[in-house]
Amino acid sequence: MARKIKSKLFNKILIANRGEIALRIIRTCKEMGIKTVAVYSLADKDSLPVRFADEAVCIGPAPSTESYLKIQNIIAAAEITNADAIHPGYGFLSENAKFSKICEEHGIKFIGAGPDMIEGMGDKANAKTTMLAAGVPCVPGSEGLLKDGDHAVQMSREVGLPVMMKATAGGGGKGMRVVWKEEDVADSLAAIQREAAAAFGNDGVYMEKFIEEPRHIEIQIAGDQHGTACHMSERDCSIQRRHQKLVEETPSPFMTPALRKEMGEAAIKAAMAVKYEGVGTVEFLVDKNKKFYFMEMNTRIQVEHTITEEVIGWDLIKEQILIAAGEPISGKNYMPKAHAIQCRINAEDPTKNWMPSPGKITEYHEPGGIGIRIDTHVYAGYTIPPNYDSMVSKLIAVAQTREEAIMKMQRALDEYIVEGVKTTIPFHQKLMKNEQFQKGDFTTKFLEEWDYASEI
Amino acid sequence: MIGTFYRSATPEKPVFKTVGDDVKPGDVLCIIEAMKLFNEIEAEVSGKIVKVLVDDASPVEYDQPLFLIDPS
Repeated sequence: MARKIKSKLFNKILIANRGEIALRIIRTCKEMGIKTVAVYSLADKDSLPVRFADEAVCIGPAPSTESYLKIQNIIAAAEITNADAIHPGYGFLSENAKFSKICEEHGIKFIGAGPDMIEGMGDKANAKTTMLAAGVPCVPGSEGLLKDGDHAVQMSREVGLPVMMKATAGGGGKGMRVVWKEEDVADSLAAIQREAAAAFGNDGVYMEKFIEEPRHIEIQIAGDQHGTACHMSERDCSIQRRHQKLVEETPSPFMTPALRKEMGEAAIKAAMAVKYEGVGTVEFLVDKNKKFYFMEMNTRIQVEHTITEEVIGWDLIKEQILIAAGEPISGKNYMPKAHAIQCRINAEDPTKNWMPSPGKITEYHEPGGIGIRIDTHVYAGYTIPPNYDSMVSKLIAVAQTREEAIMKMQRALDEYIVEGVKTTIPFHQKLMKNEQFQKGDFTTKFLEEWDYASEI
Repeated sequence: MIGTFYRSATPEKPVFKTVGDDVKPGDVLCIIEAMKLFNEIEAEVSGKIVKVLVDDASPVEYDQPLFLIDPS
């Protein structure tokens, strides 16, 4: 995969982020011969990105609104250090159209999507319209409120049973019903309208196709400045809790070559529709019949990009930097050559409803050996500040088959020692031994149905 | 405040304050320039300037001490 780089690369990249992703970006920059600037809040002055970057600038106090989200401070830091590009990482300002635009206006290259692309994908209704126009399948629905029983029945025929009817003001499982038979549609609508009027004072109800046994499967894509796009296969992120991903893997145990081809092509269509520049992810829900529906597009590097890197053998942060510098991509798609699993190790107590557990790490020992990768910013003696997310590390196991990757992950989790704070390691140990997980038989509802707390 | 530290309003003008000067709250001590905006930095205490900790026209970051003032 040797590639001759023709574009002029950046001299100095400022990393507008913290934690493991800041360190991850610094590492790639060093390997590319690009100087780095870390920005940090007072809570992070002893962090590894600050030590490993060529320069570091303190940009504010601990609260992120006063530091990592404070656009003027970050731009000022880029000015005093003469950085010619900013890498936003994930979270914080990575999908902030205003920030992307301000960078552009200051002649600093934002390593990510342009303001138009971010805005286009940020608004869900807008994104859905764009995707439908591009021929990307979306969850069919009523696109507005249901007028009455007859309208609902007619919509259910268009959308296809089973359908989900939801109160617009609903939430927390209230004002929501799945309907399997046409004769129940009108009565259910009336019931939800009554319920919603009583509970929320608003009886607006809409309809969507009910996705049976949904899996969260996303496609990694890349697009260059010259109109070429490609995909790098899927990641299965169905193991999640309240939309927080806990485990990701690639390839998905549910995937077939035919489905990958179809989803990959849809993801490329999505990228082309917004003239996407950079690396991004198109998230889909896939039902039990292998029908897939567009959920959203993430216009940034994702936490779980690591597993894709491991199975295609390519550095995605490097790809981001090359694309931002104007380098063309070949347009060739990449298929997984191995199996990779990532466990997110968070400072949370899974037996106490995932309560955050910030504090000082007193003892720390990382697993090692062939096929194990750890992306982390922590060390023995490091204090996890309470101001940001609770991620301790990302533990990645890579092997030839899924079975081997699971065995390797079990072995690595057993070696991993983190003392002083509670972590999600015990949860992952149980998950890797769970029969249903081992069979690859799970949906996004898996953690709602499995009583893991009693097993830990 | 992040930006470039200046001890005078323009290069030709004299410095706002120097070692030995008495200051009171509200007195302008220096300017920090960020994104072409010149922000006057005022003293928060009264006292005598003991030391200027930063060289003229050098970059400064958030929370960085600029002057040592002996409070009166």
